[in-house]
Amino acid sequence: MTSTGIGAPVRRREDFRFITGSGQYVDDISRPGQAYAVFVRSPHAHAIIKNIDLSAARSAPGVLGIFTGKDLAADKIGGLICGWMIHSKDGSPMKVGPHPALALEKVRYVGDHVAVVIAETLNQARDAAELVAVDYEELPAVVDVATAQNPGQPQIHAEAPNNTVFEWHLGDKTAVEAAFAQAAHVTKLDLINNRLIPNAIEPRAAIGEYDRGQDSYTLYTTSQNPHVARLVLSAFIGIAPEHKLRVIAPDVGGGFGSKIFIYAEETVCVWAARKVGRPVKWTADRTESFLADAHGRDHVTTAELAVDGSGKILGMRVKTKANLGAYLSTFSSSVPTYLYGPLLSGQYDIPAIYCEVDGVYTNTAPVDAYRGAGRPEATFVVERLVEVAARELGRDPAEFRMQNFIKSFPHQTPVIMTYDIGDYPTCMKKALELADYANFGQRKAESERKGLLRGIGFSAYIEACGIAPSKAVGSLGAGVGLWESAEVRVNPVGTVEVLTGSHSHGQGHETTFAQLVSHRLGIPIDQISIIHGDTDKVQMGMGTYGSRSGAVGMSAISKALDKVVAKATKVAARCMEVPEDTVDFNDGVFSARGTNKSMTFGEVALQAYIAHKFDSSEIEPGLKEGSFYDPKNFTFPAGVHIAEVEIDPETGITRIDRWTAVDDFGTIINPMIVEGQVHGGIAQGIGQAMLEGAVYDSSGQLLTASYMDYCMPRADNLPSFNVAMTNTPCPSNPLGVKGCGEAGAIAAPPALINAITNALGHENIAMPATPQAVWRAAQASVRKMAAE
Amino acid sequence: MTQVTMTVNGESVSADIEPRMLLSQFLREQLRLTGTHIGCDTSQCGACVVHVDGRAVKSCTTLAVSCAGSDVLTIEGLAKDGQLHPMQEAFREHHALQCGYCTPGMIMAAIDIVNRKGTELDEHTIREELEGNICRCTGYHNIVKAVAAGAAAMGMGEFQQAAE
Repeated sequence: MTSTGIGAPVRRREDFRFITGSGQYVDDISRPGQAYAVFVRSPHAHAIIKNIDLSAARSAPGVLGIFTGKDLAADKIGGLICGWMIHSKDGSPMKVGPHPALALEKVRYVGDHVAVVIAETLNQARDAAELVAVDYEELPAVVDVATAQNPGQPQIHAEAPNNTVFEWHLGDKTAVEAAFAQAAHVTKLDLINNRLIPNAIEPRAAIGEYDRGQDSYTLYTTSQNPHVARLVLSAFIGIAPEHKLRVIAPDVGGGFGSKIFIYAEETVCVWAARKVGRPVKWTADRTESFLADAHGRDHVTTAELAVDGSGKILGMRVKTKANLGAYLSTFSSSVPTYLYGPLLSGQYDIPAIYCEVDGVYTNTAPVDAYRGAGRPEATFVVERLVEVAARELGRDPAEFRMQNFIKSFPHQTPVIMTYDIGDYPTCMKKALELADYANFGQRKAESERKGLLRGIGFSAYIEACGIAPSKAVGSLGAGVGLWESAEVRVNPVGTVEVLTGSHSHGQGHETTFAQLVSHRLGIPIDQISIIHGDTDKVQMGMGTYGSRSGAVGMSAISKALDKVVAKATKVAARCMEVPEDTVDFNDGVFSARGTNKSMTFGEVALQAYIAHKFDSSEIEPGLKEGSFYDPKNFTFPAGVHIAEVEIDPETGITRIDRWTAVDDFGTIINPMIVEGQVHGGIAQGIGQAMLEGAVYDSSGQLLTASYMDYCMPRADNLPSFNVAMTNTPCPSNPLGVKGCGEAGAIAAPPALINAITNALGHENIAMPATPQAVWRAAQASVRKMAAE
Repeated sequence: MTQVTMTVNGESVSADIEPRMLLSQFLREQLRLTGTHIGCDTSQCGACVVHVDGRAVKSCTTLAVSCAGSDVLTIEGLAKDGQLHPMQEAFREHHALQCGYCTPGMIMAAIDIVNRKGTELDEHTIREELEGNICRCTGYHNIVKAVAAGAAAMGMGEFQQAAE
């Protein structure tokens, strides 16, 4: 390991612009002559649009254009798509209603887009938007996923009777029934995975621009995947052919999944730029972000675990209703199905699993991937079941897990996934040691003396990421492949530009990707640039989500580097006049074995471009290679998190006393950045478990639509984290990387709820375990303690 | 429209603006100092924190006209002659930022904490004092370390506080 190579905690090269306020986020960009867009949104959860009267708005000062769904339809602009086909148990395809960028006929959630007002200034656009008079006929709304499919409920889309998008299943129902029939013990839980709102601190924004001379469009957008945005906007929505549409995702302030999707606002901005003949800029305010960013999670589940007399898990049965919201967002159908069901084996050797998931429409914002996307939901089910089963059986939760851990690899689970490699007992043992589990009893007694309730909770999570092998996901319904691309351009003087289809919105790719290049080519890291986010510069890429930038994005770079080194070796051999197979490349130097001849990488690069010393009919001049890398398998990061809490039963306040995380991410490129990802993920997981929760009232009004009502984790809600790593290198990609971006958010919620319920002495608490909820639950504990 | 004059990052600026213009808009739109960010509409996220007359202020909840005659310091004004402020250095050294969006406000708030609470800050104090700054990326673990380190560095160096 060099000081800037793989495994080094290199300080981030992108930081300079962020710490000096010279980043360039979409809202920082001003295009000459830009006009401002404000969206008119539905105040009703479910209503028919009887009429839209634009007369007053049209004559407001500064107005350049006002458009509705009819205008988009007249221009043959298609609706927003869902790119993953799911089939129901009966083989029928999912039932999907249309999703126009501006509503036609009906609005289906509070915040739904009805019209766009474009004016010279933002204030003029806001004022004019208030003059748009929409005549709505209100309809009853259905909000609760648990009851939305009941007969007699309002029908949100004609295409989906009983608001049922799909009735999906996975696994072996018969085998599971047999397993349960033999069980010595069955643990059954009703679980809610609470609805969350991603809340990246940068609100979404877009600037659409049309160049009349070139008949081409440019879209600046807060996206995690600019090429996917371009593909969808051109091929499905029909804004323009791809070669006439440039999409730029500059600095983006956090995504967490919410900026993957192709939304109404950027679609309308880029289309409207041509209509008004001016660049059109839109920036969400925070309330809009709450209303109209894709939400996350929102499952209602009944789950059961069958265990034999010796404590061996025999089977698992899960039934889930998943809220998809009022329309299907871009990847929404995949999240509660193929990103959920296949993770139900957890780290355990479970012979039989059966899972049923109903995808349900409600009059709420569309729900889609949010950090973890299906895997937090699965892990919550598995790790609550396992912990509660251990408690019911009087077993130590760590030992019970160890008994059931998978111990040999590769391991085929009953839910599609084949885990390639892992060492779960090592993670568990290390976590127990770091958490000082042995002395928990002492600490608990100490707490009790002070009138406080101390609890400890485990989460042995596994996840499937490094998304994903194209054929595999294609066979499961994905409309796209999930490979990644990279181009390594060596310049004549030996500096290197890497153009990557991955996108960094906080992950530090400008540093970590450069570390890979520095390591492989043996050149200083400051001679390397990483370029991403512009479809004019970077060839097609699939973007960043699903913890794939290391496993897939960097693997593409690695393959391209292989090709660069191979070609450079040829050139070096010609220059040194030695046979190619006698040339070695180490630490940036090509040397001819058995001679004292050598050339630096930079010298070889120059020769490649000068092209004097080799036959150009044999070797093309130049040194630039590309690669499209398709992963062979998902990767399977896994680990153990242990949460220890202290609850004051008089206030319900839960203090997290310590948090231990031991994660196996395979090869670590930059441990500082990996730890940062774990910290951030744990914080979001703790947020889900005890602070956050999107709440709609029964009429479909979002009650949690600002930071006054939606509790974001703040510094004083969280502890410092004790984070360690183990390493079983991933065998399915050249670097051995598994990916780390989502693990914290996946592991944390059950660890925390297991700790809180352990402290309380009963299981009757739901997420978020707010002080009020904990206080109420603690009264039951206090009564119980008093009675004993 | 009304005329307002103030000093921003050491330079006098004057402009004709609507009285309703927020300081954050004045900085971002009028002066093109886009380092100060907007993250919410209820004055809670802290991405907009700047210093006005030496004190941290949420620029999203401050009218530009109320800063007439004042001394405003933004993230762009911290580094001196190409040398970063110790708090900026500390954020980079301790990986206290990921997407960078909350970072300008976080750094300005951190410096204000030191101005008010001194250069020896413990974890508990830092976490409490950062209650007005929300970060979604880092989980705060490294921010806390950076603020402590930045504070200590501010205590050691001869770095001139621009707020003085």
